Amino acid sequence: MSAATLSPMERLPAPPPSSPSLAVAPVAAMSAPAADLPPSRPIIDIDHVDFFYGQSQALHDVSLRLDEKKVTAFIGPSGCGKSTLLRCLNRMNDLIDGARVAKGSIRIRGIDIHAPAVDVIELRKRVGMVFQKSNPFPKSIYENITYGLRLQGVKDKGRLDAVVEKSLRGAALWDEVKDRLHASGLGLSGGQQQRLCIARAIAVEPDIILMDEPCSALDPISTSKVEELIHELKKEFTIVIVTHNMQQAARCSDQTAFFYLGRLIEFAATRTIFMNPSNPQTEAYVSGRFG
Amino acid sequence: MTSPTATHFAPRPGLGRTWERGALWLFRVATYFIVLCGAFVFGQIFWRGAPTVFTAHAPFVNVAFFTEAPESLHVFAYQGEKMELGDRAFNAFKAAHADAGAIKDDSYVYSAGGIFPCIVGTMLLVAGSMGIALFLGVSSAIYLNEYARDSAFVRFIRLAILNLAGVPSIVFGLFGFGMFVIFFGWNVSLLAGWFTLAFMVLPVVITASEESLKAVPKGFREGSLALGATKWQTIRKNVLPYALPGILTSSILGIARVAGETAPIMFTAAYVVRDKLPWEGLEKWTDFFFQGVMALPYHIYVVSSKIPQNEYTARVQYGTAFVFLLIVALIASTSIVLRSRLRNRYKW
Ligand SMILES: Nc1ncnc2c1ncn2[C@@H]1O[C@H](COP(=O)(O)OP(=O)(O)OP(=O)(O)O)[C@@H](O)[C@H]1O
Ligand SMILES: [Mg+2]
Repeated sequence: MSAATLSPMERLPAPPPSSPSLAVAPVAAMSAPAADLPPSRPIIDIDHVDFFYGQSQALHDVSLRLDEKKVTAFIGPSGCGKSTLLRCLNRMNDLIDGARVAKGSIRIRGIDIHAPAVDVIELRKRVGMVFQKSNPFPKSIYENITYGLRLQGVKDKGRLDAVVEKSLRGAALWDEVKDRLHASGLGLSGGQQQRLCIARAIAVEPDIILMDEPCSALDPISTSKVEELIHELKKEFTIVIVTHNMQQAARCSDQTAFFYLGRLIEFAATRTIFMNPSNPQTEAYVSGRFG
Repeated sequence: MTSPTATHFAPRPGLGRTWERGALWLFRVATYFIVLCGAFVFGQIFWRGAPTVFTAHAPFVNVAFFTEAPESLHVFAYQGEKMELGDRAFNAFKAAHADAGAIKDDSYVYSAGGIFPCIVGTMLLVAGSMGIALFLGVSSAIYLNEYARDSAFVRFIRLAILNLAGVPSIVFGLFGFGMFVIFFGWNVSLLAGWFTLAFMVLPVVITASEESLKAVPKGFREGSLALGATKWQTIRKNVLPYALPGILTSSILGIARVAGETAPIMFTAAYVVRDKLPWEGLEKWTDFFFQGVMALPYHIYVVSSKIPQNEYTARVQYGTAFVFLLIVALIASTSIVLRSRLRNRYKW
């Protein structure tokens, strides 16, 4: 890929709020906006996606439109393709041999992320990720947070310091670690480690943060801290969270997508999904009768 | 009368216990035997090498043995006294004594002087081949482990590398001779020796590097990539540093072993004798790479099988072997110290 085509994501202006985005308009009709939500700007547009791991199909014809600065939860029984879809959004699946989007497209701010002109590196700077198993690097807390910025060539100490403080405050971790920024990130508790990973992700100021079961290894207190954090973060970021915890989805998401066997079964406002689902499978799942 | 419980746990008759005891003793004796053999070899070398290396009076180390080149030993009787002198001392003696012209001496090649050029040569060979082996080995391990997708071809390469480890050292020597000395026209030279030795340790370096790279959790790579790092940035900043302790330790140990090989260098890099040190008398700086050197293992080979044996050769043989063991031990302990240092820096 030539240098000239490197960073379309960065140069891409957000669509003006007054008029619906030109890029999104033509496909909007085909994809499914969250039912019964007041219209808002869709930032991610997943359009009839079929996804394969080698020969086996993991996603069948999934269409979703996720709104900007909202929290979307993906729920569904194990193996239904939540992580797969999430990892499609920052093309993390590129790392897996034989994994591919066979049909359909995924657009972020109207740009097809599989277009040849899209540099996956630039994409991932805009679409951050927090993993199920917290993975702080075996470096100091400070180095963990500045990792992404240093990659981008930021060397200015003052700026790095400022970002470290801002990100740690953003991840509600500042007060706990401000006296040991240069101690190893691995010395933190499990919950702190996960918040460190969130701080690391927001330090590069992405538009979107993907979280794959971020609380599954945490105790209830750490979990509620992360949930509060998600609540704060959605002021600035669009968040997609995969969770097995129904209460969590109900507590912290605005819209919820229910998947089953690689298909999107229902996508609606979280209230609707939990109080008044239109699909009997959804109803069965959220009320705990299967899955 | 015994209680029912005691009867219940009483040993059953049969051969079981005899076998148990027999197995224990077999393994124990095998282990002790190995230790005994090792102790004998090291003890022998220490016992017979120490008089050459150490002296009874200050500075307690035979400095000349470490700092001088090998010389011939001249043994003669002068005024009823038995004299043992190296080349230079003998010449000085003859110059100083007018009546020395008539002295009839027996001369024993390489039995006097020291082994400085051999130490230097071995150090150079070790350093150069390690540099080359680390560069080639780590590069290819990174390629195989991080970049290459699993395919029949990659599996074939791995198999080939593993098989390389089983190739006898003399074959590497001949390979180096044919490839570097003849085909590339490098003659018998440091460069040819470096590459030959490097190829010999490559399997160790590649295997160790792959193991170490594999031990770095996948989460570190994904975490880095998800922050917008390129693949190479990820490897350089978030994989290689953590793999390095393992890579270095195993590679240095591999080198320490290969440094002791005579066969790979005897056609490619080693001279029986060379009066100039490697940095002396170079016309161009590039000549440095195209000169042969003396080396400890080859010197041991020469003094113990290529020259007439006599009562004076043993001290050089054992002295050299002793120094050689010290150097190898030094290299090995460097790798261990290095590992514990680096390990403490990167732990997960
Ligand atoms: N790397 C892979 N190679 C092949 N198949 C995979 C791979 N990862 C996932 N799959 C398959 O794809 C399907 C969807 O998996 P995915 O990980 O997306 O499920 P999930 O909904 O995240 O499940 P969980 O809740 O257990 O995390 C599963 O059938 C799984 O076996
Ligand atoms: Mg999952």
